[in-house]
Amino acid sequence: MSMPEATSAPDAPVINMGTAIRDGLLEAARRDPSVIFFGEGVEDPAALFGTLKDIGKHIGHDRMIEMPIAENGLIGIAIGAAMAGKRPVVSLQRVEFALLALEQILNNAAKAHYVSNGRHNVPLVLRMIVGRGWGQGPEHSQSMEAIFAHVPGLKVIMPAFAEDAKGMIAAAVEDDNPVVVIEHRWSHYTTSPVAEGYLHRPLDGPRTVRKGDGLTIVATSYMTLEAVRAADKLAEAGYPVEVLDLRVIRPLNLDPIVESVARTRRLMTVDTGFRMFGIGAEIASEVTSRCFDLLDAAPVRLGLPDHPTPSSRGLVKGFYPDAARIARTAAEMMGLDDTRISAMEEEILADRKDLPLDVPDPFFKGPF
Amino acid sequence: MADAGNDYRLRCLKQMLRIRLVEETIAERYAEQEMRCPVHLSIGQEASAVGVCDALLSDDRLFSSHRSHAHYLAKGGNLKAMMAEIYGKRDGCIGGRGGSMHLMDPDVGMMASIPIVASSIPLATGTALSDKFDKNGKVTISFLGDACLEEGVFHESANFAKLRGLPIVYVCENNLYSVYTKLADRQPDRPLTDIPAAHGIAHRHVDGNDLEAVREAALWAVETARSGNPTFLQLDTYRWREHCGPNYDNHIGYRTEEEFQTWRLQDPLERYRKALEESGTLGPASFADLEKNTQAEVNDAFAFAITSPLPEPTEALAHVYA
Ligand SMILES: Cc1ncc(C[n+]2csc(CCOP(=O)(O)OP(=O)(O)O)c2C)c(N)n1
Repeated sequence: MSMPEATSAPDAPVINMGTAIRDGLLEAARRDPSVIFFGEGVEDPAALFGTLKDIGKHIGHDRMIEMPIAENGLIGIAIGAAMAGKRPVVSLQRVEFALLALEQILNNAAKAHYVSNGRHNVPLVLRMIVGRGWGQGPEHSQSMEAIFAHVPGLKVIMPAFAEDAKGMIAAAVEDDNPVVVIEHRWSHYTTSPVAEGYLHRPLDGPRTVRKGDGLTIVATSYMTLEAVRAADKLAEAGYPVEVLDLRVIRPLNLDPIVESVARTRRLMTVDTGFRMFGIGAEIASEVTSRCFDLLDAAPVRLGLPDHPTPSSRGLVKGFYPDAARIARTAAEMMGLDDTRISAMEEEILADRKDLPLDVPDPFFKGPF
Repeated sequence: MADAGNDYRLRCLKQMLRIRLVEETIAERYAEQEMRCPVHLSIGQEASAVGVCDALLSDDRLFSSHRSHAHYLAKGGNLKAMMAEIYGKRDGCIGGRGGSMHLMDPDVGMMASIPIVASSIPLATGTALSDKFDKNGKVTISFLGDACLEEGVFHESANFAKLRGLPIVYVCENNLYSVYTKLADRQPDRPLTDIPAAHGIAHRHVDGNDLEAVREAALWAVETARSGNPTFLQLDTYRWREHCGPNYDNHIGYRTEEEFQTWRLQDPLERYRKALEESGTLGPASFADLEKNTQAEVNDAFAFAITSPLPEPTEALAHVYA
């Protein structure tokens, strides 16, 4: 089992993904005075889960634009500012708040370049946070990347690791296209050594975070962490599997996935959105049509079931895919016998102890 | 014109006439089925586009809506590129991607036309925000129809523009209808200017078919906006043809023939021509000359559009990403 390639020195400061995003935004804004921030509570004490903390102190408060509660108007305003040469970073506390601005995002941000025959650019970053946990419920914890990823002209990224997030957020700010950044609240807690100063990570798609021959798991965002945990258990049991962190949902770079599946001959996807019409469906169908005859098993997609996200801990039981389910599904696909699978599942559950379902597992404090 | 103070008068008359002739020619040739996109004509509304744009500098910015021909031309857009766009040709101002409802040319400050009601209002507010940052003295014009005042995004934008002191003029062309629905069926009986007033935005309400009145109000609005005070103009006017398409539609029952005729007498082009003739600024013969020369230019543009090649299907893939 190999660890993810580390570009930050191992003795770099260990920080969590929330702080890494803040540092990445600050460095990008320091390098380019056209970067301006829009947000609801952009400089309030919570500073959007700390991801914008003290940025105004370093770059000037006039570049921190407090948003009235008017998402469609304000995101449209940010798009207009981007057309005129600014690099706005709009930060929303929840994915759902972006839904009020879908008209602006899907019609104007995504299309301004196209319908100007290439004359306009919209170098806009739209950050939105998946608020899973603590009973956030149907309208505060959705993961809607499939909606944005459906639309040509947008880029959609979902970093899962601190170092990656720092470098990718800088790349998102520097990109000449509108980039939707979907951050999972639980990924904000993951930690890793992250190089200080400016860091750039190209938005170029999947990254292998675990190596193995038994199966390819393509995971997104926080589900990558659950998949890694499952992969570590499977490896301990002698069945190493490959885990790819998708990172960039659109443009979708399938080559590393196809290359991996051609080797492992099995594909599982696990993402943070609804299973139906989701990211997994897209990947499974593309991979199937590209290497149908190399597959030893039908691809399997894990995702959310076909109902809104309930709030109650009782109701979310079994709602989210987790490491135990990922491990079981993988083991079944590889043809392991049921006693071994059950034992592994028990171990994963035991590791989690009596932790409530609506808080992140401290396991994910890394470093990864 | 000898008198420099009168220069703008002939310029504006010619511009209104040009827009009129372009749109009349579109209406005439539309049945040929070569312009295969919806067209929203502003015949009868020319004074607002021309009066407002004449108050602008060439690098001031303008955003428009589905009814964008007059705005595009008045802002200095290229007539040939506009016609090629309407014909869906490669030489169109955006290569045939958009058609009549997506006219733009940033080189002359024509930023975009967007056919979703009110959708371009925040974009305009955003360029004004950017220009304020850059202290470049530019003003943005946001042309909007009366229906736009019903969309939340107008209020969101107006609130923000006032809050931040943005150099923007919201120009409401009130033609009384949203497709077939009367203003009275869509909004309560109150002055439209109460809405910007509620946001603390300075405003004027003038006859939108009176070129001089529009231009004067626009000069005030633009100068006020340049100093960081957003403004709002209500210009009352009327569209003669159907909402979308080349025909008259008074017979279908949503508006009366009498109402149409009342407005018909307020023809902004005819009114201005008469006024200039009566004041001796323009002789009758010179209007005929103007008409002849302008129609020739219009015919050239149509010929250009018709002979321009269609874009190749592969071109549709370009410019998805910058
Ligand atoms: C959001 C949205 N809703 C509905 C429509 C359909 N629509 C197209 S034009 C129009 C009327 C607009 O009226 P107004 O803004 O007053 O402009 P006018 O056509 O009178 O110039 C409507 C309702 C649309 N394009 N966008």
